[in-house]
Amino acid sequence: MTHTLTVLVENTPGVLARVAGLFSRRGFNIDSLAVGRSEDPGVSRMTIVVEGDDQILEQVTKQLHKLVDVIKITDVSRDDFVDRELVMIKVKTETSTRAEIMQLVDIFRARIVDVGPKTLTIEVTGYESKINAFEKSLRPFGIMEMVRTGKVAMLRGFKSTTIDESQKKEDVY
Amino acid sequence: MEITVAEALVRCLEQENVELVFGYPGGAILPVYDALCNSVIKHVLVRHEQGAAHAADGYARMTGRVGVCLATSGPGATNLVTGIANAYMDSVPMVLITGQVSASQIGTDAFQEVDITGITIPVTKHNYLVKDPNQLPQIIRKAFHIASTGRPGPVLIDLPKDVAQAKIKFTYPKNIHLPGYRPTYKGHRAMVSQAGKIIMESNRPVIYAGGGVRIADAAPELRELAETISAPVTNTLMGLGCFPGEHPLFLGMLGLHGTRYANLAVTECDCLIAVGARFDDRVVARIDGFAPGAKIIHIDIDPAEISKNMRADLPIVGDVKRVLEALLPLLKKKKNTEWMARVQAWKKEYPLNYRIDGTLKPQLIIEKIYELTGGDVVVVTDVGQHQMWAAQYYKYKEPRSFITSGGLGTMGFGLPAAIGAQMGAPGQKIILITGDGSIQMTLQELGTAMEQKLPLKIFVMNNRQLGMVRQLQEFYCDKRYIAVNFQYDLDFAALGRVYGMAGYTIETPEQLAEMLPEILAANRPVMVNCLINGEENVLPMVLAGANIGEAID
Repeated sequence: MTHTLTVLVENTPGVLARVAGLFSRRGFNIDSLAVGRSEDPGVSRMTIVVEGDDQILEQVTKQLHKLVDVIKITDVSRDDFVDRELVMIKVKTETSTRAEIMQLVDIFRARIVDVGPKTLTIEVTGYESKINAFEKSLRPFGIMEMVRTGKVAMLRGFKSTTIDESQKKEDVY
Repeated sequence: MEITVAEALVRCLEQENVELVFGYPGGAILPVYDALCNSVIKHVLVRHEQGAAHAADGYARMTGRVGVCLATSGPGATNLVTGIANAYMDSVPMVLITGQVSASQIGTDAFQEVDITGITIPVTKHNYLVKDPNQLPQIIRKAFHIASTGRPGPVLIDLPKDVAQAKIKFTYPKNIHLPGYRPTYKGHRAMVSQAGKIIMESNRPVIYAGGGVRIADAAPELRELAETISAPVTNTLMGLGCFPGEHPLFLGMLGLHGTRYANLAVTECDCLIAVGARFDDRVVARIDGFAPGAKIIHIDIDPAEISKNMRADLPIVGDVKRVLEALLPLLKKKKNTEWMARVQAWKKEYPLNYRIDGTLKPQLIIEKIYELTGGDVVVVTDVGQHQMWAAQYYKYKEPRSFITSGGLGTMGFGLPAAIGAQMGAPGQKIILITGDGSIQMTLQELGTAMEQKLPLKIFVMNNRQLGMVRQLQEFYCDKRYIAVNFQYDLDFAALGRVYGMAGYTIETPEQLAEMLPEILAANRPVMVNCLINGEENVLPMVLAGANIGEAID
């Protein structure tokens, strides 16, 4: 069973090493990890896809929570959510195949981002199975290289995974 | 007025009421030591940074306050690592400050540069590399807060030399912002009341109490719980002292070297109340054989401990003291007469024992120390057979009367920890029980102990070998002994005298009876070379793969 976690972390140096290190040393597997800025400049947002049963997920979540830099964790896959990946594929072309490839680009609603004398570089976003299908259909033409981001995900509708008001206040101890 | 970051650091430590720090100077930490010249904070110079970390650890365990360490960059910092890991495993509050090469040199493999924040991520509760001089006061404030609250643990602060020399306007922050750090103290009400119900419905309850009881200062509540519901209490190694050792409900330690009756009670109970304990593999042995018929109530401040090793039927996350305070009013007096009779019968049938054969037995030494001190001393141990005997044969009265390395099992912990404990409680009689293997790992700290004029009583259980490993080889390697015998017979009494201590050698039970009163009454540091029987094993013992109820003895 895969789970997609949205993890809000303080934007501090080393936070990625802390999170990634936690997964490896506790023996949890990361399927994919994407990290970038969120709507709040002090907060980065990670989307982590993990494989495991409920018990493993419970441990992953609890161990992540123990990291001081981790502010909030949401398992968006327990709810209605959308997820996307972006991929760039550099594919070999010949005059005879160019048209066919461009047709595939159309069908998959991909975009050509670079044209070379013997190559096309194509960008496509979408959910995982679409990207897999696109990659498969281009394979016969010869994929020179491919780069794929980790998944990013978001809850559907009015629900969000932002920080609670209570967590924004300064604490007095 | 502007002051340097190093001066600000010292001011911060003063604000945190730090009275002493353990450390070892060096190049990158030079500015901090320079600033320390003008402070009321006492600096204890150790002989190796590992000693500083263990001493700060022992100090923290003794006093309940945050232990503080200073070390330089590179080897100074890496030498702390074992001590940090040790504190992390046993949830000891510590703040460690390491010097670092100048910020501009970081990443260049500069002289004595090491990425200590990277190295210590897995063994610290949190750590910081100070890059912005103005952040230092905030960071120190956060470090002390994180180290000492929730489930305590070590926090490391790495301070580059040029940052330490930079000038800032100093104010110590009142407020700090840690959005990702909110320990839960109060137990969930519905969970607590359900726990009350389960406990009242149980007929064969057992309380399994760990180090969390000591940390939360919950010994009185624990005792009230046990007496109210007539539940026998077993302690983990870390929990010893949280329940009076002479109390009729006390079962001693459980686990791989626990008492038979504690392990049997856990095996047969119908309700196991785990209080501030973490179902460590040395306690549980085979998971499916641990309290198989019991409803498990697990009270712990760290949510990640719940259902990590064993599924809890009823989890309560919170401060052990506050949870017990909430739970107690829900309970009524109960007797469990039949169960108590069974437990008492096990105690009679399977007492801890050892063969008396005229040789000097380590168990006897511990028993005699207990007899003569009445349990009014603090016992510090190292790691190995002597540690288990000290856990089994001494009856601890008070929560902070037993200091030992549990989770990490660090040989070499004892001597520096005893130094730290003694520095934290100057009037307290401290007895270090160690082995000839363990003490030789941090022997250099005898210099520190003498310099600080600490009247430590050190008992070296000298069997001329690594007894615990020998025991493992006896059971698991068909007695193929390798690398466990010390061929050179070191005279620890003479060694003690070299350092200016009184040195004694005890070889027979008669000598023990004769010399022990004098040794314990001495006002000066004493090193006792106890030439114990080398064949002795720690028993009972649960063999690998067995249930805890199936110990051999």
